[in-house]
Amino acid sequence: MSVIEIKNVTKVFGAYNKQVEQLLHNNASKEEILNETGSTVAVKSANLAIDKSEVFVVMGLSGSGKSTLIRLINRLIEPTVGDLMIKGKNVAKLSAGELRQFRRENLSMVFQNFALFPFKSILDNAAFGLEVRNVPKKERLEKARHALELVGLGGYEHQKPNQLSGGMQQRVGLARALASDTDILLMDEAFSALDPLIRKEMQNELLQLQQKMQKTIVFITHDLDEALSIGDRIALMKDGEIAQVGTPEEIVTNPADDYVKAFVKDIDRSKVLKVKHIMRPANPQENTGANPTIDSEELLYQSYYLFKNGVGELTVKDKGEVVGIVEFEQVFEVLSVGNEVEEDVR
Amino acid sequence: MLDNLPRLPLSEWTSDFVRWLTSTFSFVFDPINDYLGALMNWIINILEFIPPVLFILIVMGLSVIFMRKKILSPILIGIGLLFIYNQGLWENLIDTTTLVIISGLISIIIGVPLGILMSRSNTFEMIMKPILDLMQTMPAFVYLIPAVAFFGIGMVPGVFASVIFASPPTIRLTNLGIRQISDELIEASDSFGTTPMQKLVKVQLPLARPSIMAGINQTIMLALSMVVIASMIGAPGLGTEVLSSLQRAQVGPGFVAGLAIVILAIIIDRFTQTSNSNK
Repeated sequence: MSVIEIKNVTKVFGAYNKQVEQLLHNNASKEEILNETGSTVAVKSANLAIDKSEVFVVMGLSGSGKSTLIRLINRLIEPTVGDLMIKGKNVAKLSAGELRQFRRENLSMVFQNFALFPFKSILDNAAFGLEVRNVPKKERLEKARHALELVGLGGYEHQKPNQLSGGMQQRVGLARALASDTDILLMDEAFSALDPLIRKEMQNELLQLQQKMQKTIVFITHDLDEALSIGDRIALMKDGEIAQVGTPEEIVTNPADDYVKAFVKDIDRSKVLKVKHIMRPANPQENTGANPTIDSEELLYQSYYLFKNGVGELTVKDKGEVVGIVEFEQVFEVLSVGNEVEEDVR
Repeated sequence: MLDNLPRLPLSEWTSDFVRWLTSTFSFVFDPINDYLGALMNWIINILEFIPPVLFILIVMGLSVIFMRKKILSPILIGIGLLFIYNQGLWENLIDTTTLVIISGLISIIIGVPLGILMSRSNTFEMIMKPILDLMQTMPAFVYLIPAVAFFGIGMVPGVFASVIFASPPTIRLTNLGIRQISDELIEASDSFGTTPMQKLVKVQLPLARPSIMAGINQTIMLALSMVVIASMIGAPGLGTEVLSSLQRAQVGPGFVAGLAIVILAIIIDRFTQTSNSNK
């Protein structure tokens, strides 16, 4: 069951009149509408269903409407048309007071440039969501302290944000969101302002935390590698429209159009595809005793070293059961597909 | 041809309007005059009751508390105040200080809320901006005239004129400080479900604090300059000495009184500035 359903949501900045409506209906492009009416279509008839406890990544270049989309979910930006069903409630129809209450209880957000309050200590920053809810001081500081420990910032409680590095500041941003204890976490380019190494570290930590927390995470990024490595599912946006929604494997192996194809051509497929995606099923009677074995959940590149000594095929196991066989040629073929795409584009 | 146009009777209208205000709202002006005058006399009496030596020590002590690290400042402040006492200007100093504090406080009490309102409504900002320009560029002496009409002569009309002249910086910088807060911080506040009041008190005002404090500092300095001018309508204080020296063309006493105003200005400025940077 979907936790968040975005139904036919459109956001137009500027005037929204009959003319714009008509052009949208006729499926005119963003540029056409801008040139003819002066209104900017940021998100165009978006439909998405985000499931409970999944990490859903919205990926797109700047200007693709992804930041608008995430702000439509908690209505920091008002949708022009459409319905936003969150946990069965139409958020687009809530009154100001109801929306406040809904945000407090269900949604927390992490920002690209951290958005910490410079005059508050780290602890008070982390407790902000609870302070807004009028949680008694002792209780909220307790929860904030716990959240800070979760993100590895125990002991920094009394520092001010500007005394911490970027990576640490974003941990505070994350702790602030976690302390509010909402089911849904909106992350707007949360790691984009960080150094590559720190970013990788934060991605891994987020995934580790997610295994424990099982929150519904909507994660915005412009970085395809980031999208592929943390997303359970990915939505690719282009010019305010959603070009494709799918698992990382689907996006990489089965791009919906040329735009997505061009997007994924440069990525290292061996770090996205898993052994199970390319293996051929084996029947348990087949004699595979002599082959080295590999787990079906391993990423493809982890099979390289097993093929090293002239081995032609590997036995794939899932929870100890033999489930399939993967051949050297298959691996090679899959990896060379990426290069074919590259030739096409040229 | 242009000469044939009748003169626009703006000055008559203004006079009539002020006369109408004075007679219609005397039930407002008179109590303000009475109570504010009594309050200020009371403060002046208390301050004058404190022996000057003790007073100087208290100010030096406060300066140590506010400007922790510095040793020099309290000593200079002490020397400055001693000089004013030594020149026989102590009572004038107390009068001026009281006027500045009261005008400054009233300006802040009026100015900060107006600044907040301006930051929330573009229409209100558009209306207020030319009014603030007018308040700041109109020669300060002009305010003395309606002040006398409303309150007669003395301290209260001095406060009235000072408030009009001195409140614009606080209004402007409160508005500016709130408008300059980055969108992301406001979004962060909204995304956690703050009410407008929570957002104002927990996010906007603390973030705008440096700007607001700079405005308050400016307001108090302007109040000081206006309090001096207000001596022309009978507001007591250091300005009275300057004015009488001017009327009698006495360079010496004029310079000494002027110097006392400078010392007071520096002391007030340092206090309002450090209370800004410290916290």
